[in-house]
Amino acid sequence: MVKINGEELNIAGKTVAEYLATTNYDPKRIAVERNGDIVPKAQYGETVLKDGDSVEVVSFVGGG
Amino acid sequence: MNNDKLIIGGHEFNSRFILGSGKYSMKLIEAAVKDAGAEIITLAVRRANTKAQESILDYIPEGITLLPNTSGARNAEEAVRIARLARELGCGNFVKIEIMRDSKYLLPDNQETIKATEILAKEGFVVMPYMYPDLNVARDLVNAGAASVMPLASPIGSNKGLATKEFIQILIDEIDLPIIVDAGIGRPSQACEAMEMGAAAIMANTALATAGDLPMMASAFKNAIEAGRKAYLSGLGRVLTRGASASDPLTGFLRD
Repeated sequence: MVKINGEELNIAGKTVAEYLATTNYDPKRIAVERNGDIVPKAQYGETVLKDGDSVEVVSFVGGG
Repeated sequence: MNNDKLIIGGHEFNSRFILGSGKYSMKLIEAAVKDAGAEIITLAVRRANTKAQESILDYIPEGITLLPNTSGARNAEEAVRIARLARELGCGNFVKIEIMRDSKYLLPDNQETIKATEILAKEGFVVMPYMYPDLNVARDLVNAGAASVMPLASPIGSNKGLATKEFIQILIDEIDLPIIVDAGIGRPSQACEAMEMGAAAIMANTALATAGDLPMMASAFKNAIEAGRKAYLSGLGRVLTRGASASDPLTGFLRD
């Protein structure tokens, strides 16, 4: 299982790009962190998600 | 006045009003930016919503510098992670460090803020730390590589004004970086007062977001900040501790 934004998903073995393709995220408006490290956009296609990985997908919102 | 630039991390700004974008409709951002005359707007970073939705970036006019904050961070490590994610979002290398352990008063953790400032400055960020006004901490932030220091006026979102006025004045007098008063400024008059004291800029969000007419209040803040800046640059008139001093000539009275 891979934890994405706190939710356990059965997507181990998929790349970040493959996972993102199953979502409605706008790839231009998000940033991805895996196990505390940034995954640069250029590496989405080659970064394979492993069992136990913890991933954050974030975007900008209003704030002070 | 035309040469009076605000310089943060080598970047020049004409406006001294940093606008927040929280707690109001994205649709009001363009009008707020315009009426505030703002050149910098703050944003927060949060987990993305999986449902397709509009991005706040679509509502921010071209040419505005984005200042992501690290709100939600409880320590330096989390702030550093959020800052790196913000930079990865591809909108520059400015970051406002905001680290809070306390959820009741939302006071910044000065010690963790110093740690995060040091790490992020070394990574090339333009670091603008939000802090509780303490001269020793401000000096540590300077040494850690901060590009400005952002002391709070009163608790975040309180609109209570310059509760820490004396301590902000000490920072203005002693710290050789822009002192940007952040948090708690609720009225244009308070923004004006901070600018008269020599603050380099004002950051406000709640004062506008909770006002009756947001763009009009943005305009009121703009005028107040400009008035305070001019007063500071001109040099305020002196205050008498006792007595009075006539403004009129003391000769030529109509009597013998």
